[in-house]
Amino acid sequence: MLQETALSGQTTFFQKLRSLDYILLFCILTLGVISSLSMYSTEGGEVLYHTKSHVIRFLVFFSMMLIFSFVNLKFWHTTSYIFYLVVLCLLIWASLYGIKASGSQRWVDLYFINLQPSELMKVAIIMCFAKYYHRTQIHLVNNFKNLIIPMVVLILPILLVISQPDLGTSILIGLSGLVVLWLSGVNAKYFIYSSLILLISLPFVISFLKPYQKLRILTFFNPDRDPLGAGYQIIQSKIAVGSGGLSGKGFLKGTQSYLDFLPEKHTDFIFTLFSEEQGFIGSVLLLLLYAIIIYRTAKIGASARSFFGKLFCYGYASSIFIFVTVNMSMVLGLLPIVGSPLPIMSYGGSSMLATMIGFSIVMSAKIYQKQIIA
Amino acid sequence: MISGGSDTSYRKQSVVNRRMFILSAAKLFVFGGIVAKLFSLQINQNKKYLTLSDKNRLREWKLPPIRGDFQDFFGNTIAGNLKVYQLHIIPEQVENFNNLIIRVKDILELDQNTFNKIIKKKNSQKPWETLIVSENLSWDQFVKINFYLHELSGVKPVLSVARSYPYNENYTHLLGYVAQASPNDLLNNEKIKKRHVPGLRVGKTGLERSLENDLIGMNGVQRYEVNAYGKRINQIDHIEGQKGKSIRLTVDTKIQQVCNELLKDRAGSISVMDIFTGDILAMHSTPSFDPNLFLYGISYENWENIVNNPKKPLINRSITGLYPPGSTIKPIVALSALEHNVISPNFKVNCSGKIEMYGQTYNCWKKKGHGVVNLRDALKVSCDTFFYEMSRRLGVDRLNETAKKFGLGNKVFSNIFNEERTGLVPSTEWKKNALGRGWVLGETLITGIGQGYIQTTPLQLCLMTAQLANGGFKINPKIVVNKKDPTFEEIKSTMNKNLEKKILGPDFDDAMLDLEISNSKESITHKPLFRNQENIKFVLEAMFASTNEVRGTSYSSRIEDKKYQFAGKTGTSQVKRITEAQRELDLDISQIPYKDRDHALYVAFGPYRKPRYAMSIFIEHGGSGGSTAAPMAKKLFKVVIDRHDEREKIKEDNKNLKI
Repeated sequence: MLQETALSGQTTFFQKLRSLDYILLFCILTLGVISSLSMYSTEGGEVLYHTKSHVIRFLVFFSMMLIFSFVNLKFWHTTSYIFYLVVLCLLIWASLYGIKASGSQRWVDLYFINLQPSELMKVAIIMCFAKYYHRTQIHLVNNFKNLIIPMVVLILPILLVISQPDLGTSILIGLSGLVVLWLSGVNAKYFIYSSLILLISLPFVISFLKPYQKLRILTFFNPDRDPLGAGYQIIQSKIAVGSGGLSGKGFLKGTQSYLDFLPEKHTDFIFTLFSEEQGFIGSVLLLLLYAIIIYRTAKIGASARSFFGKLFCYGYASSIFIFVTVNMSMVLGLLPIVGSPLPIMSYGGSSMLATMIGFSIVMSAKIYQKQIIA
Repeated sequence: MISGGSDTSYRKQSVVNRRMFILSAAKLFVFGGIVAKLFSLQINQNKKYLTLSDKNRLREWKLPPIRGDFQDFFGNTIAGNLKVYQLHIIPEQVENFNNLIIRVKDILELDQNTFNKIIKKKNSQKPWETLIVSENLSWDQFVKINFYLHELSGVKPVLSVARSYPYNENYTHLLGYVAQASPNDLLNNEKIKKRHVPGLRVGKTGLERSLENDLIGMNGVQRYEVNAYGKRINQIDHIEGQKGKSIRLTVDTKIQQVCNELLKDRAGSISVMDIFTGDILAMHSTPSFDPNLFLYGISYENWENIVNNPKKPLINRSITGLYPPGSTIKPIVALSALEHNVISPNFKVNCSGKIEMYGQTYNCWKKKGHGVVNLRDALKVSCDTFFYEMSRRLGVDRLNETAKKFGLGNKVFSNIFNEERTGLVPSTEWKKNALGRGWVLGETLITGIGQGYIQTTPLQLCLMTAQLANGGFKINPKIVVNKKDPTFEEIKSTMNKNLEKKILGPDFDDAMLDLEISNSKESITHKPLFRNQENIKFVLEAMFASTNEVRGTSYSSRIEDKKYQFAGKTGTSQVKRITEAQRELDLDISQIPYKDRDHALYVAFGPYRKPRYAMSIFIEHGGSGGSTAAPMAKKLFKVVIDRHDEREKIKEDNKNLKI
């Protein structure tokens, strides 16, 4: 019955409410609680600025996500290109008039919030591609025009973000976009070719990298090269994680963190702090939480009737997977250090906003799973 | 309208589903990889990273070890630790160092010079190292600082200990002194290096230096948790240090103080020794200085005073001063001649005040001459002419053998004092090797009266006298009390046993050989140094005559009371050759420039009936031994003998304690 009415789009509010994915919501909420507690721990067991604003942001954006979930998927489909263009404009604005901080120009001042448009681009690019391939017929996916346009759409924001400079985010945007391209049926050979080209051009790319970025790559291969300089972050992060052991040092007892050996513990290295205090068991459970979120998101995609909804959910699930993987690999020393937040866990308003926008579209795809988009 | 045909739509869906499935498999694989990495870090390498994490967060602060005390034989502390009030600043706990230090300067009323030194010190050390602003606050300053403490974060008034020498200049040369460890100290002593903390005092000279390893003590350790910037967060544990060993010496402060009194205003040395146990009862060198001055870094003024004093207070004359022994060597020359059967006790020489030999004139100290003297008289009146003749017959090499056997030309202590010097007893071979020239017979003559090449330390003369006085047995001089050391009674019986063996033995050398071979340590210690003990007795008797018979050189210093009666030998050693003209002048001592005056020496043992103690007195440029040194012996013997019973009582008490 419910499904029938959903199809016609004439469900009542309560039916919509009931059709929310509560497992997913529960997982996000749990993650929010964990992240708030971790933030509390970064401040040495005191509710200070970071904890307060993180909790507020989480609550505000989570509520916003719940509200936006009831917005018809059609709306998201309609506004996809506009959203992408707006974010792109914001990126250009950031490049021109953005706020400079610690050597890069990533933020735009929107008077009520300092927004980092590159974070929003992580979602926008998926939305944009989801709409683009929703409208493209399968046999036309691999024709020239349909290869060029998405490439331009993808490369434009990447270039803008790189120029900020923000290598980490641009890589994440690129990977998110590429994964959607692949999902949508772009021939695998193009990926192989382009990765070959990338490999060949790597030396040239490296020559364009900023000195500190080169240093990070060198440091990745040998952190002990300069243990007090470039290698410091990764060495301290590994010490923190490794010393956590099976069950961790205990909540608020992570010595690496509260004695300030751990760098950027609010943002990129929040997982290190969590892992030090909660140990292997905690870390695996956190990873499991992310896995459930990714699984549930993908599952919503699987049951979405519209290609837009499906592709967005698949793409978004994959991008969360990428963010989590890149962040964790980085703090565990599996990848070079690039700025990449852990979704929801890391401190940062724009990242939280983007994540929540993503989830509201996913949730909308769940509520309106039978919605057919012309 | 539905985008695309239902067919293409279906194909689109199947492509995306298939690819998502592949991707999901890949995701699972990657998450598996992350879990594996987590496992490797947190489970497999947990220990390694836990250690690294502790290394990060824990820092140890070594506390200065507390130095062991020195005690005299009676248990009085002669070098101890004094409680002092210090002011420390921990720079990392200070918000604005410059403001703070100026505030501290005002409170303590430090002068600009001290202030600059503190700033210099601060700049030379690491930020987490404690800055010692003052090592010795007065009580007033300490109270004042405590009053303002609440507004001085990072400032710590500390109750600490510092070396103190309660008897000031009395033990300076014997104990030495401590001062801040130098880079050299760290380099040469592993233990100092291990236990070093900034500001650590280590022994610089004397026993403080040679017994450093026993005295130094163990560091206490404070372990703190620190943050990434090195700031102390909280104390994890505190390990108490161990005070260094307390070392009891054989010296008697009472006697030492009397020595200091006697030597007042003079440059010289007095040593007193137990002739059986080898215990040093006193060993003092003057001029002395107060070692407490060195504790906080000696002031420029005081240092200048010490260094520029022409009498050279830094020298420990007892063991590093090398002087010609003068006539104090005559007992050994006499003994050597007797032992080698060069002369008989009845051998006589006619002294006319000088003797012509090898185209040179050799003068007796008495211009008029002593007339006909035998050996006993020659020792008693210290007749040089007799000894010229006797030495000529003896030869320098045989003299050398006897002198060395009795302790001249050898270090008295094997390894207690680094600065101790060997001295020199010449021989023909020595001269050939050292100077590349042949021995001249005339040199034998002057060696026979303790002049020329021969050089001895005052302590060597004391040992020589002791080994004569105890009947001619070797003893082990010692200054540190060791429970395992044999007692007087044990030594006495060993000596008697050795004597019996010797008398039974067929020949002197064979007997010595027997003693060496028999390999039991007992028999080698306290071995007889003589061939015939009668010779020793003869010499001792002659020394008695020298002090207690009319015309004896130290007759005026005799004590008739049998309890204190002692025997001795004077010595007056020339600093430079006296020309014939000066000899004629016969100037009074006050008319001769200080530097050119004779050294006055005196060696003695007593009580004569039952000898127990030997002493040597040396007064640099003091004039004649008979008039300067011998009277001191008279005063000192009274004290030494009076202290004997007290000393025996302590020994008795300790023996009972042992049981």
